[in-house]
Amino acid sequence: MTQASSGSYIEHHLEHLQLNLDTMTMGNNGFWTLNLDTFIIGLITALMIGGVLRYVAVRIQSGVPSRLQSFVEVAVDFVARSVGETYHGKSLLIAPLALTLLLWIFFMNAMDLLPVDLVPMIVEGFGPEKFKIVPTADPNMTFAMSISVFFLVLYYNFTQKGWHLGKEVLTQPFGPYLFPLNILFRLIEELVRPFSLALRLFGNMFAGELIFVIIAMLPWWAQWLPGGIWAIFHILIISIQAFIFMMLTIAYLAMAHETH
Amino acid sequence: MEVASLIAQVQSFKAIAAALFIGLAGLGTAIGFGILGGKFVEGVARQPELSNMLMVRVLIMAGLVDAFAVISIVMGLILFFTNGPFVSYVLEVANQVKV
Repeated sequence: MTQASSGSYIEHHLEHLQLNLDTMTMGNNGFWTLNLDTFIIGLITALMIGGVLRYVAVRIQSGVPSRLQSFVEVAVDFVARSVGETYHGKSLLIAPLALTLLLWIFFMNAMDLLPVDLVPMIVEGFGPEKFKIVPTADPNMTFAMSISVFFLVLYYNFTQKGWHLGKEVLTQPFGPYLFPLNILFRLIEELVRPFSLALRLFGNMFAGELIFVIIAMLPWWAQWLPGGIWAIFHILIISIQAFIFMMLTIAYLAMAHETH
Repeated sequence: MEVASLIAQVQSFKAIAAALFIGLAGLGTAIGFGILGGKFVEGVARQPELSNMLMVRVLIMAGLVDAFAVISIVMGLILFFTNGPFVSYVLEVANQVKV
């Protein structure tokens, strides 16, 4: 492949199926743009996870569980253990939130394991030329999740700590006499969180996708080995990234609940 | 011909920049993972019963160490494989000069 065509092949894979929200036509409109592919795939994975969990929960049985039930039980147990290790209060929100984040991010990441050209080719049969299959390789998706977590942390900081929050912001970590520095440090600490949370997930998924695209540009007989190796390595990455997002969310929320 | 040599110059600098992006990121993560894995083995050797707990911590840290290196590598790959703004800027200026 020549330089120009490989460049356009990659750029074709980096563009979203976009909806202009002002005129309701396809196309980019700056801020008022909806990335339809991210939205649809994210919605489908969310509905599938919710449906499967609901299906298992309704038909739950003691005795010998079915394979699906065992799988769901492993996931729920795992999340319950992780939450129990980090967070020691009473909250009806943290554990379900953690389970949702873990499963949803895992399955959105797992879209990366589908062949890079398969879904865009199927979609192209229906008309649209561009389609990105991995929702978490879109910074809008990851920032949406991390900013939601950020607002939850703010909410629990204010409701759980009350006036202690003011004391904490003013006196941690350098004591009361350096309170301007304390406020500055606290602000930076809180504001950096959503960025690091979102960019970490986005960067990993985007990199993985790009490397699959680059592998897909090799001649067909050379794709199997690097593709296989990278896919196996990527299974590790997608699980770890989903796990990290969940663990950090739990840790942030636990910190928001604990008064010093 | 002059334009071609200019573009060649831009491309060569792009290649060097991509190499720095990917190479330095790889170097940093390599050092990070070396320290991480070494300390993990040390910890397990000292208290083998904690290995499960330590493994979880190591995986979290591995993800954290990994993240920014991966972002840097992506920047390098995009720079290397896509046409980017640099060459088109050179062409634009060259066209203006010609007219």
